Amino acid sequence: MANTTDERKDVASRESNEVSKQEPETVLRPPVDIFEDAHGITLVADLPGVGKDRLNLQVDKDALIIEGDARIEMPDGMEAIYADVRSTRYRRSFTLSGELSTEEINANLKDGVLTVNIPKRAEVRPRKIDVHVE
Amino acid sequence: MFVNLTNPGNSLFEGFRRAQDEMDEMFGRWPWPAGIRSVARGTYPPINVGSTPEQVDVYLFAAGVDPKSFDISLQQNLLTVAGERRASLANDANVYRKERFDGGFRRVINLPEDVDPDRVTARYTDGVLQIHIQRREAARPRQIEIK
Repeated sequence: MANTTDERKDVASRESNEVSKQEPETVLRPPVDIFEDAHGITLVADLPGVGKDRLNLQVDKDALIIEGDARIEMPDGMEAIYADVRSTRYRRSFTLSGELSTEEINANLKDGVLTVNIPKRAEVRPRKIDVHVE
Repeated sequence: MFVNLTNPGNSLFEGFRRAQDEMDEMFGRWPWPAGIRSVARGTYPPINVGSTPEQVDVYLFAAGVDPKSFDISLQQNLLTVAGERRASLANDANVYRKERFDGGFRRVINLPEDVDPDRVTARYTDGVLQIHIQRREAARPRQIEIK
């Protein structure tokens, strides 16, 4: 296994001159579903590994910020064989618009799924506009 | 596995990540073969596999799955995990984004040869399915004496 890795490294350095980048800690962008109905907007986000104590949901002026820290229990000295997920930090934010009622936001976290409900202000719920024809 | 990546020199993960990135660059390029059971990046659910001399752990990042719907089986060293996740949307809704996986999934993972199919446990917490498989004793390295 060590030999194969070295071979791969050799071929890579022959083909590219790029110096290996120093990257800051990766933050994962959780996938979301967002939909709107007459009452408001619902956002559903996948935050596997995040419990209520490690979730930070904030409204900052008109921005909705979702932050979570996943906790995965692992035995000491565990070595990674394969990893699709390489960070435990989730973060994503959205700008809300004025007709949404940030005071009435409610959220629910279950099995790593965050559901955020943002109702529209009562006075802006859709009214049908009658069209007069002369 | 999730060591702070701002310390690249010390992180066991950084070396692994670099090797993985190089592997990704070469994916599909002749003559490097891909594992016959490997799947495209971004296949749901994401998985991590880690090992110690005593056990192998598989983590599936599958939030919102009904734990009863998981079908986990281990044959020799081939682990198969299947399950289903329904993303429920209101019927009369305008959908702006639909990024979350919706449907059934099945992942097949090739584990080290010495895993013991009789000693497997699984737990589902906060959307992560953790599967622990003990390794057989005989596989531990033995010191060879030089006479």
